[in-house]
Amino acid sequence: MAPYIGTATSRIDGIAKVTGAAKYAAEFNVPGLLHGSVVTSTIAKGRITRLDTSAAMRVKGVIDVLTHENRPPMADNDQAYKDDVAPPGSPFRPLYDDKIKFNLQPIALVVAETSEVARFAASLVTVEYEEVAHVTDIFAARDAAVPIKPPASPVGFTPPKARGQPNRALARAAVRHEGEYYVPIEHHNPMELYGATVIHESDGKLTVYDKTQGVQNVQRYLCGVFGMKPEGVRVLSPFVGGAFGSGLRPQFEAVLAVLAARALERSVRVVLTRPQMYALGYRPAMVQRIALGADADGTLDAIAHDAVTATSQFEEYFRQETGWSGLLYKCANAKYEHKLARLDLPTSCDMRAPSAPTALFALESAMDELAVALELDPLELRLRCYSERDQNHDRPFSSKALRECYRQGAEAFGWNKRNGAPRSMRDGSELVGWGMATGIWEALQMPITVRIALTANGSAEVACATSDIGTGTYTIMAQVAADMLGLPLENISIKLGDSTLPNSPVEGGSWIAASVSNGIATTVAAVRNELLELAKKVPNSPLANAAPDEVKLADGMIVDERDGSRSVSIADAMRHGGVERIEQEETTNPTADDSRARNTHSAVFAEVKIDEEIGVIRVTRVVSAIAGGRVLNTKTASSQILGSVVWGIGMALHEETLIDHKLGRVMNANIAEYHVPVNADVHDIKVIFVHEHDDSNPLGVKGLGEIGIIGVAPAIANAVYHATGKRVRDLPITLDKLHP
Amino acid sequence: MPYTLTVNGSERSLESRDPDQPLLYVLRNALGFTGPKFGCGLGQCGACTVIADGSPIRSCQLPISAAQGMKITTIEGLGTIEKPHPVQAAFIEEAAAQCGYCTNGMVMTSAALLAQNPKPSVEEVKQALAGNLCRCGTHDRVLRAVMRASGRQKT
Ligand code: FES
Ligand code: FES
Repeated sequence: MAPYIGTATSRIDGIAKVTGAAKYAAEFNVPGLLHGSVVTSTIAKGRITRLDTSAAMRVKGVIDVLTHENRPPMADNDQAYKDDVAPPGSPFRPLYDDKIKFNLQPIALVVAETSEVARFAASLVTVEYEEVAHVTDIFAARDAAVPIKPPASPVGFTPPKARGQPNRALARAAVRHEGEYYVPIEHHNPMELYGATVIHESDGKLTVYDKTQGVQNVQRYLCGVFGMKPEGVRVLSPFVGGAFGSGLRPQFEAVLAVLAARALERSVRVVLTRPQMYALGYRPAMVQRIALGADADGTLDAIAHDAVTATSQFEEYFRQETGWSGLLYKCANAKYEHKLARLDLPTSCDMRAPSAPTALFALESAMDELAVALELDPLELRLRCYSERDQNHDRPFSSKALRECYRQGAEAFGWNKRNGAPRSMRDGSELVGWGMATGIWEALQMPITVRIALTANGSAEVACATSDIGTGTYTIMAQVAADMLGLPLENISIKLGDSTLPNSPVEGGSWIAASVSNGIATTVAAVRNELLELAKKVPNSPLANAAPDEVKLADGMIVDERDGSRSVSIADAMRHGGVERIEQEETTNPTADDSRARNTHSAVFAEVKIDEEIGVIRVTRVVSAIAGGRVLNTKTASSQILGSVVWGIGMALHEETLIDHKLGRVMNANIAEYHVPVNADVHDIKVIFVHEHDDSNPLGVKGLGEIGIIGVAPAIANAVYHATGKRVRDLPITLDKLHP
Repeated sequence: MPYTLTVNGSERSLESRDPDQPLLYVLRNALGFTGPKFGCGLGQCGACTVIADGSPIRSCQLPISAAQGMKITTIEGLGTIEKPHPVQAAFIEEAAAQCGYCTNGMVMTSAALLAQNPKPSVEEVKQALAGNLCRCGTHDRVLRAVMRASGRQKT
């Protein structure tokens, strides 16, 4: 049987998705289901002085209006509201009290027999406030920004220490570049609206279908908030209509739906409106300064990277925004400073490759500017500064095929035909620009538990409480299990997205592919051992003397790896032993090895064509060459990178959450005015996976969900400079910025 | 008020208080067709698309009163798991569904296009799908899938 790992296997859940059979959180219908509509604040800061729900209550079909004044009890301490990935601080508590901490904050839930009635009645709730002055502008809060206090969160990063003598090195540098770069707030905007359906079972237990990247995180959180026993709440999320980090922390739709279900002892669904989605987390705005110092021969000698990122007044969200700079390039002297600007907004949060796309927009734009100052080809500059070691922590990389990314990417793109002078390339009336940038992300693995149940007829169920947020987890789990159990793919069924399944971390950080695939390997080994024991008992067993690590499972057999003719079929072994079903559950803890850095890398090449008169920018070609370890499924892996490149195009040219700072309110809180790339914006994108062997985990998997976006925006920005001679240091690059 | 809708070839009777009630809500809540997705309710994303009398329509913008008398096809009526429509099969093959939430709109719009124009050009497909948003970034694979379903491969 040919292996499935590494092939272009179509999604096993594809058929459910294209026929409408796949059910998302807000699509589980039960008789008597009630619908909740959220009322949100219209001020950014202050307190509620009066909340009048009487008109809403009078609407026929309205069951109740829940507010901080009449809600059932909720926990009164911060610890109860801390989820698995909460940053330091005091988490937001929905409908907790009269305090308003951000605009669009949920302040009431109208529960009615239909969603239309609930929404109409919600419009009748009147609120009076006592307002307090707010600040939502990172530039206004910049001077008052406070230094970060690591670690960022349970999965956080500690920023690296300075090295060498960066100030002196900068002062003596033959060529210096210094610049300030800005990336605005961006919102995830998954196509599925946040929603939760809470089913109030006859025994009083709750079944919660929620849109989340971590069913067990939500379950633990709900237990904390409502003082419920774990066995009283089951959280499911079989399909997720995109999340991109917004579903890592539990969101308030789940709290409100559970609150109402408990208060009314009924089943309740709460779905946010598209504008209300802007009350969730966001990619923090980031103002950063980069200073680079180089020798005249084009080797980097000093990096200084300062950043201010946005967080709320009540939590301190950050990642390793600055540290990427001294990790990516060889440079003897480096220093970092990272401060947080406290804004009257919800807490910022993880969004596809948190911190790296924003940080590398600055670093990779600055490197391009340095190349211009040095009169060097930008790719040549990167090669001269190529780093063989993680200098932040003075250790080698577990693997790093970035040089190969540069080579293969440049070749596929045709980089050697580039004329370096700005405005030198044209296509008819359009200016043509070619730019490039590097990307780097982490290759993480987390503890995970996988259960496998194998039946004598040769089918297996593989279960783990992870999620598939569109990444392809269902499929890679089935591929890995099929190969390792030696069974056809169709014989494998996957269970995930259910809090009652074996433990999984939230699906984020690109760590699920590595964690769950190696987790499956561990559990398969336990299944194999049990099978071998059974096989040894078969009369005249050819495996009587085989040790567990000398056999493998292949084509429905337990086979001696040293001598393929010595084998026992799984069916025979199980039947002879009188066993119908083998079940094993194992936890895999990645080895704690800090002696090597684990990262994925990319080289991104972009072509833009710009209408000279109007300034309309088209990204006509992108080549993304990825070094991401072993690729489990070339189809789903390419999808991840292609989709990420589209995100990078959006980041470069379209995406920006605009806030009216006077009102402290998002002005473009809908997907017509918050621009994401559409069909007309997406042209030729080529993905290359370069070969990279990594032995950090048995399967050599690094994870690919995030590396694809990193480096795309600066590659495009650098291409825009090359086309026009105009350097835009604040995203998005809208056409007005190209005009003098 | 009683209404009768023709959905996927069968007549469905239901009550609605509001003649302006969007068809999407009726389909998803009263009739249990959750294939059409709720992405905005504002006509901005295309996730709710159904085929009504042969044309792709945003069901969040179609009042129930206007939907009466139309022949409505939802994705549940396009093909089945056993026998998917060529567009559905091509979407699987080309990995055009990632999270799958925009997929309904992409599939239904493409199926309506191919019914009217079996051999569209790449530009015509792009044009037909211009207003369908996908946040997973499947655009290029959707295009390939539609070309595949039309019997032409995208070069
Ligand atoms: S839900 Fe109808 S267009 Fe978005
Ligand atoms: S596949 Fe996720 S929005 Fe298109």
